[in-house]
Amino acid sequence: MRGLAVFISDIRNCKSKEAEIKRINKELANIRSKFKGDKALDGYSKKKYVCKLLFIFLLGHDIDFGHMEAVNLLSSNKYTEKQIGYLFISVLVNSNSELIRLINNAIKNDLSSRNPTFMCLALHCIANVGSREMAEAFAGEIPRILVAGDTMDSVKQSAALCLLRLYKTSPDLVLMGEWTSRVVHLLNDQHMGVVTAAISLITCLSQKNPDEFKTCVSLAVSRLSRIVSSASTDLQDYTYYFVPAPWLSCKLLRLLQCYPPPEDGAVKGRLVECLETILNKAQEPPKSKKVQHSNAKNAILFEAISLIIHYDSEPNLLVRACNQLGQFLQHRETNLRYLALESMCTLASSEFSHEAVKTHIETVINALKTERDVSVRQRAADLLYAMCDRSNAKQIVAEMLSYLETADYSIREEMVLKVAILAEKYAVDYSWYVDTILNLIRIAGDYVSEEVWYRVIQIVINRDDVQGYAAKTVFEALQAPACHENMVKVGGYILGEFGNLIAGDPRSSPLVQFNLLHSKFHLCSVPTRALLLSAYIKFINLFPETKSTIQEVLRSDSQIRNSDVELQQRAVEYLKLSSIASTDVLATVLEEMPPFPERESSILAKLKKKKGPGAVSVNELEEGKREGGELNGGGERGGDSSAIASTPSPSADLLGLRAGPPVTAAAPSAGSLLVDVFSEAGVNDDGFLRFVCKNNGVLFENQLLQIGIKSEYRQNLGRMYLFYGNKTSVQFVTFTTTVTCPGDTLVLEPLIEGGAQVQQVINIECLTDFSDAPLLNIKFRYGGALQNLTLKLPVTINKFFQPTEMASHDFFQRWKQLSLPQQEAQKIFKANHAMDTEVLKAKLLGLGMALLENVDPNPENFVCAGVIQTKAQQVGSLLRLEPNAQAQMYRLTVRSSKDTVSKRLCELLAEQF
Amino acid sequence: MIGGLFIYNHKGEVLISRVYRDDIGRNAVDAFRVNVIHARQQVRSPVTNIARTSFFHVKRSNIWLAAVTKQNVNAAMVFEFLYKMCDVMTAYFGKISEENIKNNFVLIYELLDEILDFGYPQNSETGALKTFITQQGIKGQPQTKEEQSQITSQVTGQIGWRREGIKYRRNELFLDVLESVNLLMSPQGQVLSAHVSGRVVMKSYLSGMPECKFGMNDKIVIDKQGKGGTTDEPGKSGKQSIAIDDCTFHQCVRLSKFDSERSISFIPPDGEYELMRYRTTKDIILPFRVIPLVREVGRTKLEVKVVIKSNFKPSLLAQKIEVRIPTPLNTSGVQVICMKGKAKYKASENAIVWKIKRMAGMKESQISAEIELLPTNDKKKWARPPISMNFEVPFAPSGLKVRYLKVFESKLNYSDHDVIKWVRYIGRSGIYETRC
Repeated sequence: MRGLAVFISDIRNCKSKEAEIKRINKELANIRSKFKGDKALDGYSKKKYVCKLLFIFLLGHDIDFGHMEAVNLLSSNKYTEKQIGYLFISVLVNSNSELIRLINNAIKNDLSSRNPTFMCLALHCIANVGSREMAEAFAGEIPRILVAGDTMDSVKQSAALCLLRLYKTSPDLVLMGEWTSRVVHLLNDQHMGVVTAAISLITCLSQKNPDEFKTCVSLAVSRLSRIVSSASTDLQDYTYYFVPAPWLSCKLLRLLQCYPPPEDGAVKGRLVECLETILNKAQEPPKSKKVQHSNAKNAILFEAISLIIHYDSEPNLLVRACNQLGQFLQHRETNLRYLALESMCTLASSEFSHEAVKTHIETVINALKTERDVSVRQRAADLLYAMCDRSNAKQIVAEMLSYLETADYSIREEMVLKVAILAEKYAVDYSWYVDTILNLIRIAGDYVSEEVWYRVIQIVINRDDVQGYAAKTVFEALQAPACHENMVKVGGYILGEFGNLIAGDPRSSPLVQFNLLHSKFHLCSVPTRALLLSAYIKFINLFPETKSTIQEVLRSDSQIRNSDVELQQRAVEYLKLSSIASTDVLATVLEEMPPFPERESSILAKLKKKKGPGAVSVNELEEGKREGGELNGGGERGGDSSAIASTPSPSADLLGLRAGPPVTAAAPSAGSLLVDVFSEAGVNDDGFLRFVCKNNGVLFENQLLQIGIKSEYRQNLGRMYLFYGNKTSVQFVTFTTTVTCPGDTLVLEPLIEGGAQVQQVINIECLTDFSDAPLLNIKFRYGGALQNLTLKLPVTINKFFQPTEMASHDFFQRWKQLSLPQQEAQKIFKANHAMDTEVLKAKLLGLGMALLENVDPNPENFVCAGVIQTKAQQVGSLLRLEPNAQAQMYRLTVRSSKDTVSKRLCELLAEQF
Repeated sequence: MIGGLFIYNHKGEVLISRVYRDDIGRNAVDAFRVNVIHARQQVRSPVTNIARTSFFHVKRSNIWLAAVTKQNVNAAMVFEFLYKMCDVMTAYFGKISEENIKNNFVLIYELLDEILDFGYPQNSETGALKTFITQQGIKGQPQTKEEQSQITSQVTGQIGWRREGIKYRRNELFLDVLESVNLLMSPQGQVLSAHVSGRVVMKSYLSGMPECKFGMNDKIVIDKQGKGGTTDEPGKSGKQSIAIDDCTFHQCVRLSKFDSERSISFIPPDGEYELMRYRTTKDIILPFRVIPLVREVGRTKLEVKVVIKSNFKPSLLAQKIEVRIPTPLNTSGVQVICMKGKAKYKASENAIVWKIKRMAGMKESQISAEIELLPTNDKKKWARPPISMNFEVPFAPSGLKVRYLKVFESKLNYSDHDVIKWVRYIGRSGIYETRC
C-alpha cells in the first residue's frame, strides 16, 4: 500500500501541528470524495483508505465516516482486507445499532465458515470489542465452537480466550451449562496450546462455581504429572529453555489452588508425586546458564510451593518446600530472595512447617540488616513477625528494635505496631514488655500510634505485679534530657496512677516526680498537657504534701487563663476540686483506675486494617477469631470513663484514655489513619436495615461525621430531615451531597441549604413500588483529603403503608383471594434477636401495618394488614409471622396484590427479627 | 522582572537561552518545552504558569520567544518588550527564522545583554542600538575616546533615541497610516462588533535635531479650534473629525504637551519607527459588505451563494481581496462558479478560497458553490463558522486624515518647506467576518 506509506511519511515529515492538520484535512477530503456513493471501489483501495482513516484516528482525530466501508471489507475473501476491516471495527466500534447488526452478521458468517483464519479473526474481534452486545450475540455460539470435534486447534485456542474475555465482562450472559464437562475435557486435548488457553478459562470459571468444575482436578493432576515426568525433549514446541511447558504447569498448579486437596487417594498420590518431582528438579543442576531457564523453573517451583501451602496437609512436602526456600534466601538474585521470604511468610503460619521456618531465623535477621532493597527488607520483617513464637520472641523483638533505628521511614510505623504486638503476645514477664515498649517509644516515638501507648497503660493497670516496675522505669526514662511526647504521656499517666509506689525512694520523692513531669509540660501539645493536668490532680490525692505546689501551678495565668478551652477548664476545675473537696471526696473521685476489660488488642486490629485482609498471615487472622470479633470494642468502653465524674466536658474521662478506635476521634494528630475509614469505598448499608421499622435515629457515624435522620410519611408522600454533624474541630470544606435514585420510582427533591447549615430536607414521593433504596452520596474535604461516602437512604416500600384494621373473617377471606403463587412470598429464617413478644409487636407496628389481634387461631402468631400507597396504585398487603420458640426460627409469609411487593417486604423483614 | 529569555525552534529545541537572574534554573527551559510547546492540547494563553514560574511567550512563524520570571511582573511590559525584541531582530537581520537566528546568535546575545540589564528593559531603539552594536565585527582601530564618550552621553542622555550631527542632502519624511479593520457581522447585515486599530509609522531622514509637529483630524482638537472661532468652518470640520478611543505614542513624543494642548510634538529618531498607535470604534467606513446565502438541499447537498459589495469611492481600487468560505467537515466534492477572480476548494483548510486581484469602489461581485456532502454517522450539526475576508484599500477606514506635519530646525538652515514629505494610507482587514 504505497499510498498509505506516502501519507504516513508525509505526516511524519510535517514541521508543525498546523501542517499536520492541513495534511490530514486534505487526506480526509480525498477519502470522502473516494467514498462518495457513485463510485465503486475495489477491495484494495478500500483497504488502503480504511487504513488511512485508522491511522488518522490513532493520531487523535475524530473519524465519523468510513464505518460502512470497513464493514464491507469484512465480507471480502482476502485475508488482508478482512483483517483491516476487523482491525478498524475493533478500534472504532460504537454502539450504532444498524452497523452492529451488520458487523454481527459478518462475524457470524465468518464463524460458520470452514476457514480457520477467518474464524480466528472473528473471534479476535469479539474478544477485542468484548462489549455486552457482543456477548449477547455470541455467548451461545462460542462454546459450541470450542468443544466441536472438527474445530482446528488454533481456533479452539482463540475461542477459549474469547470466551474468557466475554465471561469477564458479562458473566451473566456466558452460561456454560451442558458444555461444562466438555470444556473440562479440553484439559485432555492433544494440543498443548489448546490446553493452555482452556485452562485460563477453566480457572476463571471454577473460581465462580467450583462445584461444577470439580472434575477438572483429576484431569489437571494427570496432565501435570505427564508434563512433569516428561523429558525436556518430549514437548518439542512447548519446551522453553529445557523446561517442559512452564506456563501450562503454572496454570495447572494455580487451578489446583482453587480446590481443596483431592479426596481420591490415587489422584492425591499422583499429585504428591508431581510436587515431589518438582521439588527434586529444583535440586538438579541447571541445564542452562540462561536466566530464562532458571526463571521458568522457579516459576513452577513457587507455584508448586504455594499449592503445598494451600493444601497445608503434607508435613513432608511443607518441610521440603521450606528447605528449598531456605536455599533461595541466600541466592544471588534479589527477586528470588524476595519471593522466598514472601512464601516463607505463609509457610510460617502452617503448624507443620513453623519449626522448619524457624531454623532460618539467622538468615532472615541478616537479610533485614544487610538487604539493599527496601521491599525485600519489608518482607524480611514480615517473615520475622510470622515466625515469632514464645521461644524466640525476645530475640526477634530485640532484632526488630535494633533494626527500627535505621529502618526505612515507609515501614517504620508498621514495624512499631509489629514490635508492640509481638511484645504483648509473647510476653512472659511484664517487666520485659514494659521495657520493650518504652524502648520502642524512645527509638521511634514519632511512629508510635496512640493505640500502642493506650495498650501499655491498659496492661500496666490490669497487672498489679508490674505497676511498681513500670513506675520506676518510666521515671528513669523521663529523666533523659529529650524524650518523646508519647513517653511523656505514658509517664504522666503511670506516675499519676502509681507514683506512690516509688515515692519511698528519696531520689523519686513526690516533688521530684512532679518537677520532672512539669519540666516537660511546656514542650508538649495540648492533649498531652491536658493529660498532665489530670496527672497533677491525681498527685494531689496521692501526695497531699505536693498540694500547694500544684495549686500554684494550676493557678498560674498560663493555666487558668489558657487560650485553649480544654486546658483552661481542667485547670479551673481541678483547682476548685483540690481546694473545696475534702480528702475523702478527693480520694473517692481520684481513685485508682479500675482494671480495663480484657479484649482483643486494638493494635492488632489496626495492623489488620492497615495491611488489608490479604496481607495478614493466616495465623494472625485466626488469632483474631479466637479472641472474638469485637474489633470495634463493642459497648464496653464506658467502664473507665466513670472514674472522674466532675469534669463535664465531652472528653470527660481522665486523661482522655479510652481503648479502641473511638478515642482517636479526639486526637486530630491521627488524621491520616482516620481517613482510611472513609476510603473503604462502596455503599455503606449497615445502618440501612435498622430503619426498616423505625423512622428516626442515627444513620451513620464515624470519627468525622454523624448523620442523623428524622422522617415522616403520609400516604405516598414523605419528608426526610438529614442532620449532618461534624465531630471534628476542623471545618469540612466543599461539603456536597447528592441523592440518586435507582430507577425512577421515587421523586426526591433535596433542598440543600448552603453554608453553615447542617440540616437537609428531602421530599419523597412514591410513584410505584420499588426495591432499590435511593443512594446518598456525600463528598467533602477534611484536612486536604477528599472524603467520599455513599449511603443507602432508609426509604423502603413499607414506609408508605397505611394500616388497615379488619376482623378475623375479613382477613382470611382476603388472604384466600391473594392465592396466586407469585403473590405470596415466604421465608423461614433463624432468629437474630431474642424472641420477645413485646419487641416483636413494636417492630411490626413500626413497619407501618396494622397489627391485628385475635385474628390468628394460634395466639403466638402475628398477623398484620396494610395498604401501600404509591402514586400509580395501591397495593394491599397481608402478613403473617409464625415464631417457633423451640427452634428459634420464624416463618414469615407475605401476600400482596403485587408480586414484587411481597418479595421485597419479605426480604426486608427477614433481617429484622 | 524578567528572569530569563529563551528562543526555541518549532521542535522545542533551544536556540538562545539567556538567564538574567539566579531564581531561574536550567529546568525552566525544559518546563516550557514540555508544558507549552509539546503540550497535548494546544496552549492558547500567552502566559503560562508552571510551578510558580511565569512564562510569557510570543510566536513568530515557527519560532517561540519566551520570557520567564518568578516575580509578579507587569505582563504588558513583558509583552511590549518581547515585541520590541522581535522588531530589533528584524531590523538587524530581517525575517525571524531558525536559520537567521542560528547565523546571528552572537549578535542576539550581544543585543540581549544590551536591551535587558538584570532583567530590566533598557534602550531598545534600533537606531540607537545600531550605533554601537554592529554586524561588521570589530573595526580596524578602536573607537576614539570622543566617540566612546559620545555614545555614553547619548545612551544616558535625555534624547536617547537620536544622536547628534546627522546630515542629509535631501531632507525627506515618509508617513504611513496603517490601519486594520475588524468586523463581525450577522447574516442579516447587522454589525455586531467593529473596530479599527491603526498605527502611524514614520521614516525620517532629517538633518540635525529637528522638532516636528504632527496634526490630524482628532475630534477634540478640531472642536477646540472650532470653538476658538478660527477660520475653519465648524460644520465641515465636525463632520470630518474622528473620535479616537485610545492611543499610545513613541517615547519621543512629549506627553506633557499632548496632555495640555493635545498637540503631538517630538524630536524624531532617525530611520523607521512607529510614532503612535490608536484605536477607534465609531463611524467606521466598512470597505466591504459580504452577503451570504446558504441553503441545505437534503442531507447530501449544500448550496452557497456569497455576494461582496465594495463600499468606497469608485476611483479607489481595493487589492488582494480574498474571501474564505468554510465548508462542512464531511464535504466530498465542490463545484464553484464565480464571475470575477479565481475560486478554489482547499481541502486542507476545509474552505473555499476566492481571490480577486483588484476591485474598484461601489461594485459588486458574486460566487456560487455547490457542496456535496458525505452522509455520516454522528448527528452533530455543522457549526457554520463565519465567512472571513482579507483585503487592502488605499484609505483609512477610521477616517483619520493627516492635517499637517511641520518640521522646525532652528540651528540648521532648512525650513519646513524644504522637507519633502510623503503620506500614504493603507487600510487592511484584521478579522473581518460575516456569519452565515
